[in-house]
Amino acid sequence: MATIIQASHLGKIYANDSVNTVALEDVSFSVNKGEFVAIMGPSGSGKSTLMHIIGALDKPTSGTYYIEDTEVNKLPENKLAELRNKKIGFVFQAFNLLPRTTALKNVMLPMIYAGIPKAERERRAKEMLTIVGLADRMDHTSSQLSGGQMQRVAIARALAMDPAIILADEPTGNISSVQAGEIMKIFTDLNKKGHTIIMITHEPDIAAYTKRVIQLKDGKLASDQLNGHKFYGHR
Amino acid sequence: MDIGELFLSALEALSLNKMRTFLAALGIVIGIGAVIALISLGQSGQMSVQSSIQSLGSNLLTVIPGSQRSGGVNTGFGGATSLTYEDAKAIASSPQITTVAAVSPELQRRAQVTTGANNTNTQIIGVTPAYETVHNISLQEGNFISTDNVDSMSKVAVIGPTTASDLFGDGTDPVGQTVRINKIAFRIIGETVSKGGTGFGNQDDLIMVPLTSAQKLLFGVDYISSIAVQAKDANDMTTAQNQIGYFLLARHHLSDPTQADFSIFSQADILGAASQVTGTFTSLLSGIAAISLLVGGIGIMNIMLVTVIERTREIGLRKALGAQANLIVAQFLIESIILTFGGGVLGMILGTTLSYIIAKVISLPFTISLSSIITAFGVSAAIGIVFGWYPARKAANLSPIEALRYE
Repeated sequence: MATIIQASHLGKIYANDSVNTVALEDVSFSVNKGEFVAIMGPSGSGKSTLMHIIGALDKPTSGTYYIEDTEVNKLPENKLAELRNKKIGFVFQAFNLLPRTTALKNVMLPMIYAGIPKAERERRAKEMLTIVGLADRMDHTSSQLSGGQMQRVAIARALAMDPAIILADEPTGNISSVQAGEIMKIFTDLNKKGHTIIMITHEPDIAAYTKRVIQLKDGKLASDQLNGHKFYGHR
Repeated sequence: MDIGELFLSALEALSLNKMRTFLAALGIVIGIGAVIALISLGQSGQMSVQSSIQSLGSNLLTVIPGSQRSGGVNTGFGGATSLTYEDAKAIASSPQITTVAAVSPELQRRAQVTTGANNTNTQIIGVTPAYETVHNISLQEGNFISTDNVDSMSKVAVIGPTTASDLFGDGTDPVGQTVRINKIAFRIIGETVSKGGTGFGNQDDLIMVPLTSAQKLLFGVDYISSIAVQAKDANDMTTAQNQIGYFLLARHHLSDPTQADFSIFSQADILGAASQVTGTFTSLLSGIAAISLLVGGIGIMNIMLVTVIERTREIGLRKALGAQANLIVAQFLIESIILTFGGGVLGMILGTTLSYIIAKVISLPFTISLSSIITAFGVSAAIGIVFGWYPARKAANLSPIEALRYE
């Protein structure tokens, strides 16, 4: 199976005046295509830092990190932006939709930066919104949508560039449990279609939807195991 | 992402928050509008003063009595009685003075003028026929005062249009009517064409009578208040000034020019002095305009800074979704260019309209100068663009994590 993420001995130290804070220490793991991984840990365990590194929003201070064949820590800022655009689909806890902008235009946004022509952008955005079940809400702005609907728009946006990884940071943290169930069903369906999904969460019942759970504690990898009783992969 | 696409998304961003866009543009509109209106009005005022001085006559020298020192007592500028009708006649007939075309001795006083029903206080000028040429007087009706009128001390008068309508009302023909000046009846023989001046040197609100009648019948004096001299040519002004000066010194038995009991100044001198005054005025207005430009500029700066800071999260999101820093800067730059240019055009329209209306209301000629438009536009555009670009660049260089976390 093709390896999508290869992280080796990742470390992150925040230098703040004279005090160095160790956020990550010697974290190694890899993710193959088609996996559905939860990264768990209490607050302060370094899961946000790890997510930023996986998402190419930040660089580790030590270790190496590959997405497919690209060594991310060696890329300049502009190439990182391009990498985020093409390889990573973000789903944030706070949705982060553009205010006063329709669902359709929100989904089109990453495609603008990829230089995709307008007609194609619109066609794909409509397709993605249909996948997440919002075909009838395309012209609604975020203030006209519920939390669950906003998160579905964000998922459609994450899918728009057909990225290698969908990276979700506490995607159910700001919505009701009923809507959370709907969101997790969408993720599960996407994973069945072959999408690779990495999700940060601290809720065990949300992590239960995934196939593999990575536990972090004090910046270190505490455990990395398959979920439940299902046999999965070669590990 | 090409420039057209950037332009469209900038327009979209501006239209998404109409209030913010309106407030930002308003600052620019007011800044530019105020500057253009103020400069334009200053220049209109200057033009108005110049044209009313020029309407007094061309190639004009004015001799006024004054500053004779007698026994250490200075009688004061223009207050002396040292010029006479004979001086004027001598200047006109002297063979030594070669550069003079016409000489107009004048006696100006204010007096109460009455008709049967109305009365007014206006300027009475005792004149000779030369006044008509020297001061470019045209008559809309009747005749000007003739040499005969002057010689025979006739009780005739030529009336200005403003005085005529004050005394007789609009639409009544004043020629042939009688007015009483200081209770003496004068028959009106002519009415002048309006020169349209206002305030300073109004040429429409006056009554002209023969010089001798003014001296002997009305005011009982034997001096005159000024002599207006028209030089033959604009280049002769200095020569004429010297010729008249030395001639009068000799005639008044004075040897030293510093002892002169008269002053001669040319229209250029008056124009120069007036220009200096109006120039100061224009500078003052420009100063006020500069301050309003500064205030407008600070307004633009603030709203741009706030706009960008408010959108830090949006910038973070755009970066996370793959926008490169220079694209974000370009978008904000284009937004501020659209704002400043849109606001600039509106400001130009506002400023022009405003100065047009004000000029009409206070009856000034309307002018607008390209340089004021360019200055106002240039400065606000520069401020708008710099302060749209600078915070955008700062935000675009933030790490996307920090920008996304920004509350």
